[in-house]
Amino acid sequence: MTAMLSVAELGHTYQAKDGAHTAIADLSFTVGAGELVCVVGPSGCGKSTLLRTISGLIRPTHGAISLHGNAVQGVPDDLAVVFQDYSRSLFPWLSVQKNVEFPLRRSLGRAARRARAAEALEWVGLSGATRKYPWQLSGGMQQRVAIARALAYRPALLLMDEPFASVDAQTRFELEDLLLKVKREHDTTVLVVTHDIDESVYLGDRILVLSGSPASVVADLAVDLPAQRDQITTRESEAFVALRAEVARLLNVGKSTKALRAKRKANEQSAAKWAEAERAEVSRAEAEDRATTS
Amino acid sequence: MTRFLQRWGVFAGLVVVWELLTWLADDTFFPRPTAIAEAARALWLSGPADRLFLTDTVFEHVFPSVGRLLAGWGIAALIGVSLGVALGRSATAMQFAGPLLTFLRSIPPPALVPVFLLVFNIGTQMQLATIVFGVLWPILLNSVDGARSVDATKYETSAVFRIPKPQWVLGVVLPAAAPKIFAGLRVSLSLSLVLMVVSELVGTDNGIGSQLLVAQREFDFPDMWAGIVLLGVLGYALNTVLLAFERRALAWQPKQERTPATVED
Repeated sequence: MTAMLSVAELGHTYQAKDGAHTAIADLSFTVGAGELVCVVGPSGCGKSTLLRTISGLIRPTHGAISLHGNAVQGVPDDLAVVFQDYSRSLFPWLSVQKNVEFPLRRSLGRAARRARAAEALEWVGLSGATRKYPWQLSGGMQQRVAIARALAYRPALLLMDEPFASVDAQTRFELEDLLLKVKREHDTTVLVVTHDIDESVYLGDRILVLSGSPASVVADLAVDLPAQRDQITTRESEAFVALRAEVARLLNVGKSTKALRAKRKANEQSAAKWAEAERAEVSRAEAEDRATTS
Repeated sequence: MTRFLQRWGVFAGLVVVWELLTWLADDTFFPRPTAIAEAARALWLSGPADRLFLTDTVFEHVFPSVGRLLAGWGIAALIGVSLGVALGRSATAMQFAGPLLTFLRSIPPPALVPVFLLVFNIGTQMQLATIVFGVLWPILLNSVDGARSVDATKYETSAVFRIPKPQWVLGVVLPAAAPKIFAGLRVSLSLSLVLMVVSELVGTDNGIGSQLLVAQREFDFPDMWAGIVLLGVLGYALNTVLLAFERRALAWQPKQERTPATVED
């Protein structure tokens, strides 16, 4: 399998007046074309930094990322992201159809745009809601719109940042199955960042387990489950349960030694502290990018 | 229909009460509403039928006044929105410009009328300058505020999809800021009316404001009151039109976020 995404010795350190914070230490992995890889790790372990470096929103302090062989410098042309917060990621002043068309305006004419958006909306089962505004839809349907928008863009890599963390359990199951179906039918390469262990096992062809801050890969596990998955039978299968337990063990889930508690607390605190630095860096890198491209 | 009656019933009732009070008091300074209405008709609506009964006074004084008001407000809107959006998207620019803006907006615009009289010629230029300077601030500051309020996720979404800069500004920042911009535009529109009158009270014999002053000096109180009523009607009409426009432009908003029909600024 050819590598669609390759990440080599990636590291990122945020600099500030009162010190530095290493969010990612030394990350290496690849994602093959057509593969769905889940990145799972504790909160505040640098998952969002990883996502932002891959999407080119932040320049890593060392290491290299390449997408289908091209080094990632700035935001790649053919990469799409589905964010956790669909209510903010969608544009409330545009209809569902126009939201999906929005990123296509720079590359496609009106008719092609319209056709592409209609097709993507059909994939996610929203053909009947194209004229509605996002706020008129349920949370799960809004996230479907965001997925359709990403798919219509025909990305080489689809990044998903905790995509189903803000919807209820029932809807999450539906959306997980939707993602698997779309991925299977259109051969999309997907990298899903999640903190939900069950979700990572259910969705993934492979799971990357990240350690706490600074993030590095503790394990790269192949998911030995049939491609066709089912919310009930797959989840009760032995392979699923075993893998789920293995990931949980790697993440020290449920263990509560004094040292672990202290580490978790420290992680959460530093995550909160450095979230600000991270956002600032995103807008700075983007401004530079604009200055050099224009 | 009942809401319409409720809204205007009180208004009509008060006019009737005032009619009775002025009739009882019989004071020259306070003519009866019917006398004011008659004066208004004679002043503005006794013209030839082929001009919709509008008199020369309407063409010579009312329309030029309204024209200056709209032109001044329009120029202020153009400067305010473009400058405001630019400032709102740049933290550094706002750091430098912030104190200056706060200082400038603190100056009462009528205090600058003497300055504008010196710098510009008496007449349209000076009047426009007064209106523009006076009404710019609510639009500018609301635009800054609105442009700033674009959330980080929309920013990152646009960055990831490599939305070109013009599309980002016109397609994301402006619509996101639109509710705040409209709030600024509405405040400024009422202010334009005030400053239009103020700018016509000095050094000119043209416009609704100057006609008011003339009527007062000539002890023509029904005419003076008619002018005041006209200003009220104008303000109401302008606000209604802008509100209707705003409703259309912001039709995408969920209902509970929309501006109610009777809004007090």
